[in-house]
Amino acid sequence: MVETVSSKTNKDKARAAADKPATFGEDIALGDYVSSAEEQPYQSDPSKLPVEDKDRMLEAGVILDDPGQRAGTFIQMDNSTVHSSVRQEGLEVMAVSQALEKYDWLADYWWQAVAVDTDKYTANVELNHHNGYFIRALPGYKTIYPVQTCLYLAKAQSAQNVHNIVIAEENSELHIITGCTTASKEEAGLHLGVSEFYIKKGAKVTFTMIHSWNPEVAVRPRTGVMIEENGLFLSNYVLTKPVHSLQMYPTARCVGKNSVVRFNSILVAAPGSSLDVGSRTILDAEGAKTEIISRAITTGGSIIARGYIEGSAPDVKGHLECRGLILTGEGTIHAIPELKGTLAGIDLSHEAAVGKIAEEEVEYLMARGLTRSEATATIVRGFLRVDLEGLPPLLSAELQRAIAASEEDLM
Amino acid sequence: MGDVALSIEQLNVEVEGREILHDINLEMKPGETHVLFGPNGSGKTTLLMAIMGFPKYRITKGKITFRDRDITKLPIDERARLGIGISFQRPPVVRGVKMRDMVAACFGEREPEESISQLAEKADLTDFLDREMNYGFSGGEIKRSELMQLLAQKPALTLIDEPESGVDLVNIALIGKLLNNLLEKDCPIPERKCMGLIITHTGHILDYVSARTGYVMCNGVIGCEGAPREILASIREKGYQECITCFLRRRASSG
Repeated sequence: MVETVSSKTNKDKARAAADKPATFGEDIALGDYVSSAEEQPYQSDPSKLPVEDKDRMLEAGVILDDPGQRAGTFIQMDNSTVHSSVRQEGLEVMAVSQALEKYDWLADYWWQAVAVDTDKYTANVELNHHNGYFIRALPGYKTIYPVQTCLYLAKAQSAQNVHNIVIAEENSELHIITGCTTASKEEAGLHLGVSEFYIKKGAKVTFTMIHSWNPEVAVRPRTGVMIEENGLFLSNYVLTKPVHSLQMYPTARCVGKNSVVRFNSILVAAPGSSLDVGSRTILDAEGAKTEIISRAITTGGSIIARGYIEGSAPDVKGHLECRGLILTGEGTIHAIPELKGTLAGIDLSHEAAVGKIAEEEVEYLMARGLTRSEATATIVRGFLRVDLEGLPPLLSAELQRAIAASEEDLM
Repeated sequence: MGDVALSIEQLNVEVEGREILHDINLEMKPGETHVLFGPNGSGKTTLLMAIMGFPKYRITKGKITFRDRDITKLPIDERARLGIGISFQRPPVVRGVKMRDMVAACFGEREPEESISQLAEKADLTDFLDREMNYGFSGGEIKRSELMQLLAQKPALTLIDEPESGVDLVNIALIGKLLNNLLEKDCPIPERKCMGLIITHTGHILDYVSARTGYVMCNGVIGCEGAPREILASIREKGYQECITCFLRRRASSG
């Protein structure tokens, strides 16, 4: 367990919330998981990690054989940092425990974007903290290639409790791709991940997260984002592989004028998967904007697709779009879009649609010579296509590839 | 009879249990364009949909032969691959599927990107290639998009449903041009291979596209056949009511 500089207050709050159930999602019995695992050796050359681990990581977008495509890499297996490196000036990538030792000021960021007593999962991360990553772009520095991180569950039945901090200093630009996955395709595990993002004035962060779990893993990410004036946060989340239970509701708070947030989520629920996934933006500063887009497909699992936009400052604008597709007779999708305005002159809107593939659309494509399965695949591919504007071309192409791979699974 | 490419014999079609078309007979030879007139609700679209093979339009009697093959029971996509195409009057919106992908699918996979751009330019749809299919399209844009897809698909028989409906004057001229292109009107008559069956209730499209044969359909029956312009002149002068009266009179006298 990593000792943090957390104040007594945080520890006290965490203890008080240790049994507090989350607002949403199935209650996970934390005692069912082992919370400390054996140390994994550090590997200075990540390409030398075992092939089977690298293959699993690759499925989640983590490339270890060609570091030239990455500005930095951080890999945590269970609770050990097995690799951390940086290839670009103006960028810091390290274990958060190391960063806490290095920077006294980091304590000022700890639990500022996510409340430590949100629920028993955040409390557990504070009380049984197992590291996480720290990524920081220094003022004015812009990364060309993305930083990649991987949080890897190696040991069966174990719990990973990570706390990540990302700071984009003023006028910097940072692209992150994070792949979370597990060594086993069948053993149970628990991933609790707190991520706090601080996007300073004029900074831009794109955060692409690909989850590739197994049907027995439970996942409870807890993410908070603070965006200052003219800052931009673009999140792309992709989950196309089976998972036992996933609940998350990342919250972005626009605290600076003209800050912008965009959340794109692509969710596929296989039979047995239970997903409760949303995105929430609080538009707290003049001229702030947000767009929340989610595409949910079930092939037999259950999905609750949430979205929440709150506007409480002049001239804010937000749009929420939840679309769900039920591919088979089984499975449920429950779209819950919410808007809250507390001021005249704000502009918030939403659209939500849940249904099966319209036969009329399939027949339309068949009339152009496509077979029924080709027509269906084309419609599903179109459904999963979200505008990835703002991502570097390389990352955009990688993400499209990950989505395309899921289409093959679906068909 | 040898060179008849489309033959419809004694066709009855029902939709949701109600018979809409009764005893339809029609023949087309390669290179011919035929026009089917008729008031709204007379069954014109039902005929096109039945030829294309949409399951909702159920053939209860009769036969459709296309290029010597009985296609009465074939699914839509097989008919499309045999060379039948359709321009829909109101195609569905297909969210997420871009026009570029649709045109590429119509071409098949071997066509280069350049061909798609050239076709889009021809149909004045260059700015639409990355738009979602039919999403927010105007009447004219829908028609041009339909014809652009068909130009990529190159069907031997094109079924065209009300090409002028919801289209302004500027658009209709371009639609006429695209249709003429599709139906090889720039080729000498003996060399034309592509057939077109156009349905219209106003007949305006005949100002832009020539046709060999015209029919009038009323209440699910083809009432008469003749020169398209002559039929149109008669409809314009006397209206469809006269066609219905004429048809009823003839049916009564034939016993």
